[in-house]
Amino acid sequence: MTKKITLPLTEEKAKTLHAGDSVLLTGTIYTSRDAGHKRMCEALARGEELPFDPTDATIYYVGPTPAAPGQIIGSAGPTTSGRMDAYAPTMMSVGARGMIGKGARLPEVIDAMKKYSGVYFGAIGGAGALLAKCIKKCELIAFEDLGAEALRKLYVEDMPLTVIIDSEGNNLYETGRKNYLEGKE
Amino acid sequence: MREIDVKNITETVAKLCINANRHLPQDVRCAIKTCRECEDGKIAQGVLDNIIENFEIADKECVPICQDTGMACVFLEIGQDVHFTGGNLQDAINEGVRKGYTEGYLRKSVVKDPVRRGNTGDNTPAMIYTEIVDGEKVKITVAPKGFGSENMSAIRMFKPSAGLQGIKDFIVETVENAGPNPCPPMVVGVGIGGTFDKAALLAKKALLRPLGSHNKDEFYASLESEMLEKVNALGIGPQGFGGKTTAIGLNIETMATHIAGMPCAININCHVTRHETEEI
Repeated sequence: MTKKITLPLTEEKAKTLHAGDSVLLTGTIYTSRDAGHKRMCEALARGEELPFDPTDATIYYVGPTPAAPGQIIGSAGPTTSGRMDAYAPTMMSVGARGMIGKGARLPEVIDAMKKYSGVYFGAIGGAGALLAKCIKKCELIAFEDLGAEALRKLYVEDMPLTVIIDSEGNNLYETGRKNYLEGKE
Repeated sequence: MREIDVKNITETVAKLCINANRHLPQDVRCAIKTCRECEDGKIAQGVLDNIIENFEIADKECVPICQDTGMACVFLEIGQDVHFTGGNLQDAINEGVRKGYTEGYLRKSVVKDPVRRGNTGDNTPAMIYTEIVDGEKVKITVAPKGFGSENMSAIRMFKPSAGLQGIKDFIVETVENAGPNPCPPMVVGVGIGGTFDKAALLAKKALLRPLGSHNKDEFYASLESEMLEKVNALGIGPQGFGGKTTAIGLNIETMATHIAGMPCAININCHVTRHETEEI
């Protein structure tokens, strides 16, 4: 069964999601990857505010291709989330709750997810043309000099995602493989 | 002797950069579709359906298949009777990459310094590999390489006593360690032999060979089949969510090596294994 979720991702909504759930996500999300996260965490360390309100926010780890004329955004699939592991607990500590990416996360991130009721969604890696179809609005809000890595505010409609790690720390990367190998999918 | 103006090289490289990023090779499409037919699990089937839909959209609408449009790996087989005119070959290739990545709205993913970073803004420099061959033609292949998968690659300098079993274990270990990170289903390129650097180049070249083809040496052809089966038995599955399809292909390339060594490199690629070739 596919769950329809409308953002922002409140704690209450986050707790209804479980590893392995198929989700169609609608609402405002923010894009950031390596360089953007580094800057945001440095700003927080200096006691400054982020370029957006992190409360219940969802961050999409993506660096899209440039939009061609007539496009809202170029291809926009997820990047490897593990590179943001160094920053994710800090982002959650200031209120960010949802993360969209692909690939494994460190135990520290999963611990922070349990503490702050975070949810890690997987978008299909390499499906940038398909995922771009769900992005209805795109606005550059900070770090323009970073090009593909700039901070963007997106409005997505029915973005197809899978819950990889839920707020209790259940992990589809572990259970999915285990269930397949045990033949009880 | 044949003269070739390097402007032709620039134009060809630009076109190949754009086309490789939009149109997935037929053999890769076929391999993904065949794997979709064999998957039983609903999640795995759904992922592969989305992957197929994605490359079909990219093909039809002429947009990049993946947002990581890669570092431009450019392979040239240059006939020894060719004389390039009108400029420097390397500059011409880089100009082609600059043009292709700008005009094709491809992502600029290259930083000028590995430690101090700083985006070059035009996806140059290209990774250039040249080989001198017989004749008076130039064969150019552009293979944009994404780094989600590149980062999961590995190389090991084995002692000869490690034998075939050492290589087999290393392949399985590398794919297992890659897990969900390189956007499985993946393509595995294995290079065995040569020196440290040549083994890595063989692994990269193995990714260019059509999926479903086999090494000409029967020993390695059978090793390719055996290892593809073994990595798929890991159950990592499409996107790492569990399933039969962890890899859609595994190609092995080899060459002579030193009496004291057995280098083995494994270059991991994602399901978007892109490459386009043209002969001038």
